Amino acid sequence: MDNLNYISSEFFISLSIMFLLILGVFKKNSSNLIQNLSIGILLVTGILIINNPIEENITLFGGSYVIDSLSSFMKILTILGGAFVLSISTKYLKIFKIFLIEYPILVLCSILGMMVMISSNDLMVFYVGLELQSLSLYVLASFNRDQLKSSESGVKYFVLSALSSGLLLYGCSLVYGFSGSTNFNIIGDAMNSTHYGLTFGIVFILVGLAFKIAAVPFHMWAPDVYEGSPTSVTLFFAIVPKVAALTVFIRFLYVPFLNMIDQWQPIIIFLSIASMIFGAVAAIGQNNLKRLVAYSSIGHIGYALAGLSVGTNEGIQSSIVYISIYIVMNLGLFSCLFMMKRNDQYFETIDDLSGLSKNHPILSLSLLVILFSLAGIPPLAGFFAKFYVFKSVIEQSMYFLAIVGLLSTVIAAFYYLRIIKVIYFDEEREKYDTDHSVWLKISLTFSTLLILLYFIFPSKLVEIVSRINII
Amino acid sequence: MDFPILSSLILLPTIGALFLLFSKDKNSNTGKYVALFTSFVNFLISIYLWYLFDPSTASFQFIEDREWLKGFVNYKVGIDGISILFIILTTLITPLCIISVNNTVKIRLRDFLIAILVMESLMIGVFCSLDLVVFYLFFEAGLIPMFLIIGIWGGARRVYSAFKFFLYTLLGSVLMLIAIISIYWIAGTTDIVQLYEMGIDTKYQNLLWLAFFSSFAVKTPMWPVHTWLPDAHVEAPTAGSVLLAAILLKMAGYGFIRFSLGLFPVASELFTPLVYSLSLIAIIYASLVALMQDDMKKLIAYSSVAHMGFVTLGIFTITQQGIEGSIIQMISHGLVSAALFLCVGVVYDRMHSRLIKTYGGLVSVMPKYSILFMLFTLAALGLPGTSGFIGEFLILMGAFKDNFLVAVIASFGVIFGAAYMLWLYRRVVFGNLINKDLLKIPDLDNSEKFILWSLAIPVLFFGFYPEPLINTIEISVKNLIEMYNFNLNINTMKIEK
Repeated sequence: MDNLNYISSEFFISLSIMFLLILGVFKKNSSNLIQNLSIGILLVTGILIINNPIEENITLFGGSYVIDSLSSFMKILTILGGAFVLSISTKYLKIFKIFLIEYPILVLCSILGMMVMISSNDLMVFYVGLELQSLSLYVLASFNRDQLKSSESGVKYFVLSALSSGLLLYGCSLVYGFSGSTNFNIIGDAMNSTHYGLTFGIVFILVGLAFKIAAVPFHMWAPDVYEGSPTSVTLFFAIVPKVAALTVFIRFLYVPFLNMIDQWQPIIIFLSIASMIFGAVAAIGQNNLKRLVAYSSIGHIGYALAGLSVGTNEGIQSSIVYISIYIVMNLGLFSCLFMMKRNDQYFETIDDLSGLSKNHPILSLSLLVILFSLAGIPPLAGFFAKFYVFKSVIEQSMYFLAIVGLLSTVIAAFYYLRIIKVIYFDEEREKYDTDHSVWLKISLTFSTLLILLYFIFPSKLVEIVSRINII
Repeated sequence: MDFPILSSLILLPTIGALFLLFSKDKNSNTGKYVALFTSFVNFLISIYLWYLFDPSTASFQFIEDREWLKGFVNYKVGIDGISILFIILTTLITPLCIISVNNTVKIRLRDFLIAILVMESLMIGVFCSLDLVVFYLFFEAGLIPMFLIIGIWGGARRVYSAFKFFLYTLLGSVLMLIAIISIYWIAGTTDIVQLYEMGIDTKYQNLLWLAFFSSFAVKTPMWPVHTWLPDAHVEAPTAGSVLLAAILLKMAGYGFIRFSLGLFPVASELFTPLVYSLSLIAIIYASLVALMQDDMKKLIAYSSVAHMGFVTLGIFTITQQGIEGSIIQMISHGLVSAALFLCVGVVYDRMHSRLIKTYGGLVSVMPKYSILFMLFTLAALGLPGTSGFIGEFLILMGAFKDNFLVAVIASFGVIFGAAYMLWLYRRVVFGNLINKDLLKIPDLDNSEKFILWSLAIPVLFFGFYPEPLINTIEISVKNLIEMYNFNLNINTMKIEK
C-alpha cells in the first residue's frame, strides 16, 4: 500500500479520466463541464504532488518507478502547462466547433503518459508512458479533422513518430541485450565494460528521443505539425511534451550511462549546436507565426540540450531552468496568438501583426517583452535562462559550444526583431476583437509579468531547481 | 550613507516611466511635464551626489551591495571619480532631450518619453555598476529602448538602421558575456572591487581582453566596425541622436578605462599598438569621410567617430594626462555633439532637410542660432577656451609622452577636424542666401534657446576652468595607473624568474 501512496497523483488522474469518459457518454452537451473539471483535476493532481514531500529518492515497483525532486518538479511543470493550455483554448475550440469532450480527456491522457515517462526508471515503463503520450498527441494533432491541414499534420506526426518509436525500441532491445536488464540502475551497475552494442543502443534511443523533442536533424515533422494543428494543440506541443522528453533525456543519460559520457557527449553537443544554428537560420524566412514558433522551439531545445551535454548537476539544473522559462515565454506568446482574432477568425501570419502597437498598446507591449525575452536580451527572463546554461557550459571549458550558442542567439535575434518591427514600425491595420476570456488575460499578464520582473528575484527558481541532484 | 542614493538615481526615471505608462492621455503635455520633472529631479540628485562625493580618495563610494543571484552575483553599485562625471552628463542630457521633443516628436509622445526615461535608468546603471554581470545587464538592456527610438520615430531608412544598430552591438556583446562568465570561473567572482584586488591570471588575459574589446569597439565605435553609427545617427530622431552620441558611445570609453585597463593590464599593454593604429585610422579616415558628407547629421556622426578615436588613443597612452584628457574629451564631446545634433535638429524642424546644400546664409535670418552654432563648432574643433580644447590637448600631451609618431599623426586629426567643422559652418551659416524658403523661418524659440544655452555654459565654463573636472577624476585616475603599473611589474618579475 505504501507504494500506492506515492503514486496517488497518477492514480487520481487515471481514475478521473475514466470518470470523465463515462460522464461524457451519459451526459449530453457536457463539454464545458468536462473542460472545467479537467482543469480542476489537473490542479488537484498538482496539489497531490506538492503534498508528497520528498526527502529522498523513492523507488517503487521493483525499482522501475522513481519519485524524486526531479520528477516532482517536472510533473508540476507539465501539469501547470496542461492546465494553462486547457483554460486558454476554450474559446478557440468553440469557434472552430471542435469543443468536444475528447479534447480535455486526450490532454489528460497524454499528461498521464508524460507523468509516467517522467518517473520512469525502466526502459519498459518509459516506453509505455511514451506511447500513451504519443497516441493522444496523434489524435490531438488532427483534432480539427474537417480541415485538410490538421488531418495531414496528424498523419505526418503519426508516421514519423511511429518510425522514431521503432528506432527507440530497437535501441532499448540492444541495451537490454548487452546489459541484461531494462532497469536504469541495474544497467548502470552492470556497465563495467563498454560494448559497442551498448553504444549503438544509446545512439538509437537518443535518436528516438531527439525525434520527440524535435532536435535537428530529427526535426522535420515539427514545422508542419505545428502549423497544421489547431493553435491550442500547437501550444500544447510546444511546451508540455518537451518537459517529459527532457526529463527522460536527463534520467537516461545520467543514471545508467553516466560513465559512458565520452560516448554520448559528442552526440548531444552535435544535436545542440545543429538545433541552435538551424533553429535560428530557418526561422528567418518564415511568415507564419506558428511555423516560426516551431523553428524557434527547435532553437530553444538546442540551448536546453547544451546545458544537458555538460555532464554536471549544474548543467542539468540550468537545462531545467531553461525549459521552465521557455514554457512561460511560449505560454505568453501563444496567449497573444489567441488574441489575434477578428470576427471569429484567427490570424497567424507576421503581416497580421502590422502596426499592432497603435491599436493594442498593452498587447504589443507584452509581445515586445516576450519576444525580447525569447531573443535572450537582458534584463528579461530569457536572458537568465541562457545565462545559466552558458555558465555551466563554460565551467567545463566548452568554449566552442558557448560561442556557437551565443552567436546563434544573434542570428535568432534577427527574426524576433523582425516581428517587433512589424508590430511597432509598420502601418496599422484593422483592430482585433478585445472580448477575450478572463483566463487568456490572466495567462498573458502572468507570463509577461513573470518574464519582466524575473530579474528582481532571480534566485527563487534556481533555488527550487538546485534541489535536483541526479549525479 | 545608508540612503541608497545610487539605486534611487537608477530607479527614479523608471518610476516616472511607469507613471506615464498608466496615464490615460497619450499626447498631452502632462506626460511631458511628468517626464521633465522626473529627469530634472534626477539631475538635482546627481548634482547633490557630486557635492557629497569625496574626491580625495580613489576607493569606491556610496557602495550598495545586495544579494541578487544567490551565491554568485551581487547587485553592487558604487562610484568613483571616473564614473560620477558620466552620471552627471547623463542626468543633464536627458531633461534637455525631453525638452527638445516639443518640435521633433509628433506621434506617440508618451511612448517616446517612456523610452527615454527607461534609457536614462539603464545608462546610469551602466556607470554605477560594480559587478560585471550587473554591468552587462544594463549595457545590453539599453539596446531595447534605443532600438525602438530609432525604429519608431526615425527617418526614412529607420528600420535598416535600427536593425544594424541592434545586431552589431549584440554581436559584439555576446563575446563579452562569454568572457564575463569565464572570469567567474577563473577568479571565482564577478565583483569588480575584488577583481581589482586579486588580478586575473595573465595567461587568460589576452583572450578576455579581446572579448571585451569586441564589445567596446563596436560601441565606441572604432574603425572598421563603426558603420552602424552614421546610419543610426542619421535616421534617429534628434533626441535619439543626442542620447546616442552624448552617452551611449561613452559607455564604451568608460568600459575601456574600467575593465580593459583595470582588469587586464598585461593584455592592454600587449594590444596598445592595435588600439593606437585603429584609433589613428579612425581619426584620419573619419575626418576625411566627414569632409565629403553632404548630410549634416552624417558629418557630425563621422566627427564623433574621429573624436572617439582620440578618446581611445588617450586611454591607451596609460598616462595621467592621456586618461584624464580622454575622460574630459568624452564629457566635452557629450555636451558638444549633443548640442550639434540639436542645432541640426533646429533647422531640420524648420526646413525638413538635413542636406547642407539646402542651407546657406542662415546668419541673416537666424542670428542667435548662428552664434550658438558657431560656439559649438569651435568647441568641436577644440578651440582654446572651450572644453574640447582641454580634452584634446591633454590627450595629445599623453600621446607625446608615450609615442611621438602617434601623437604627430593624431595632431593631423585636429587640423582635419577644424577643416570639416569650419567648412560645414561656412556652408550652412554664411554665403549667399539662395534658398528663398529660408527667409520665412524663425530664429530660436525659448525652449531651444534654453537647451542650447544650458549646453553652452558648461562647455565655456569648463573650457576656461577645468579644475572641478580634473579634481574629481585626478585621484581615481592616478590610482588606476598605479594599479596598472603595479600589476604589470608583478608580471614582468614573474617572467624574469
